[in-house]
Amino acid sequence: MDFVSGLRCRECGRAYPAEALHVCDYCFGPLEVTYDYEAVAATMTRERVAAGPRSIWRYADLLPVYDPAPVDLGAGFTPLVRADRLAAELGLGELWIKDDTANPTGSFKDRVVSVALTKARQLGFKIAACASTGNLANSVAAHAARAGMDSVVLIPHDLESAKVTMTSVYGGRVFAVEGSYDDVNRLCAELTSEQPTWAFVNVNVRTYYAEGSKTLAFEVGEQLGWQAPDHVVVPIGSGSQLTKVAKGFEELWKVGLLDEEPHVRVSGAQAVGCSPVATAFAEGTDTIRPVRPDTIAKSLAIGNPADGFYALGTIRSSGGACASVTDDEVIEGIKLLARTEGIFAETAGGVTIATLAKLAAEGVVRADERVVALVTGHGLKTVEALSGSVGPTATIAPTLEAFDEALGD
Amino acid sequence: MSVNVRIPTQLRTLTGGAGEVAVEGTTVGEALKSLDATYAGFAERIFDEQGALRRFVNVFLADEDVRFLEGLATPVADGQTLSIVPAVAGG
Repeated sequence: MDFVSGLRCRECGRAYPAEALHVCDYCFGPLEVTYDYEAVAATMTRERVAAGPRSIWRYADLLPVYDPAPVDLGAGFTPLVRADRLAAELGLGELWIKDDTANPTGSFKDRVVSVALTKARQLGFKIAACASTGNLANSVAAHAARAGMDSVVLIPHDLESAKVTMTSVYGGRVFAVEGSYDDVNRLCAELTSEQPTWAFVNVNVRTYYAEGSKTLAFEVGEQLGWQAPDHVVVPIGSGSQLTKVAKGFEELWKVGLLDEEPHVRVSGAQAVGCSPVATAFAEGTDTIRPVRPDTIAKSLAIGNPADGFYALGTIRSSGGACASVTDDEVIEGIKLLARTEGIFAETAGGVTIATLAKLAAEGVVRADERVVALVTGHGLKTVEALSGSVGPTATIAPTLEAFDEALGD
Repeated sequence: MSVNVRIPTQLRTLTGGAGEVAVEGTTVGEALKSLDATYAGFAERIFDEQGALRRFVNVFLADEDVRFLEGLATPVADGQTLSIVPAVAGG
């Protein structure tokens, strides 16, 4: 069984049943899953979690759907890596990388999709759909194939080639839309009214889908020995992941799994070419002005972030910060993480690491804090971004002489 | 000016189930007010107390977010399509 007590509008508080709803019928505010936390607390113990599968489903008691055989490719329970060499470069103390490149389709999206399609199947949907900047497309196509569902994926036409291939290979329908992600998103939001039998994971199933991101916080808490970090750095696309990571730490405390009450500062990372949340943070306003994205960090290129307002609120109330970095800094961030820790991140990971470096240099992220940076997607998805900035040391003839000459010294 | 307005599922109870209706107006704001005049209840759903669009309501004119145009003051041409879309989607 699940412990869901219903859905509630974050804006006006109206209550709804746990059905395929994502916004309040009255004010259009987002719906949030509510749980019977007392019942969860009475059931969910550290031992119960430890005995669970090595995936997000070990935290099923705090997920919005229960199914003994979920739609699952093994998402989650990814490594939390102590990053001493990177910490030394950045002048930090205890730094950890949550390495979500290790997910089945190479990004954190497997967490949210596994939850969304398990719930969608329970609600009776036969077709899985989404609007995506690429990572979600990969994951929806793969999980739909795994579940025997048809899939319909809409992406901007100019995505990285690996993301297009990784989506198309699973045999679903893929529509490359001549427009930005925000155009694709608007189209999908309209399509949900016309195709009510399709489960658009990040539109009409979004309420459940978004909950999957809490598992990042659950895992970090468990992997740190049931302690919360002092500071997490999270990339911002729609802003949903950031708010759910904060919610995840709060829930761990609420159901009694942490020894001490968490006070996690949550900081956000954006690319300068798409920084509506960082801009609002810098200007001290709570109005998120939409932008037209222009950055190599395409997985974060959402000019009109659905949860930007709440992400900003979480950042401010937690004592975190939000900063943005240039595309050159993103590439340097990717290379720095690879060189110091052996982890190859996609451009969004470069945004996170470069922002972490910036906030560390500014003294916002401090050396006396236990810091976790979320690296949410694999570098093989965005190799185009590195073209011209990394490559072979030399190209040589297959002879000792040529090698010696190229080796120099 | 006759303007077509696409209605999201959440508001179709106000239009008797219709997904698209025609209204009159020379600006986005006028068209939406005329929508409310014909199908009572729209105004309180899409406008806040100050008369601005609610935070989680997006309005598109010919598939362009009106916030990139002139907002509610954006002129509309005869036969153009306005679309009301819940903002909470994507990502």
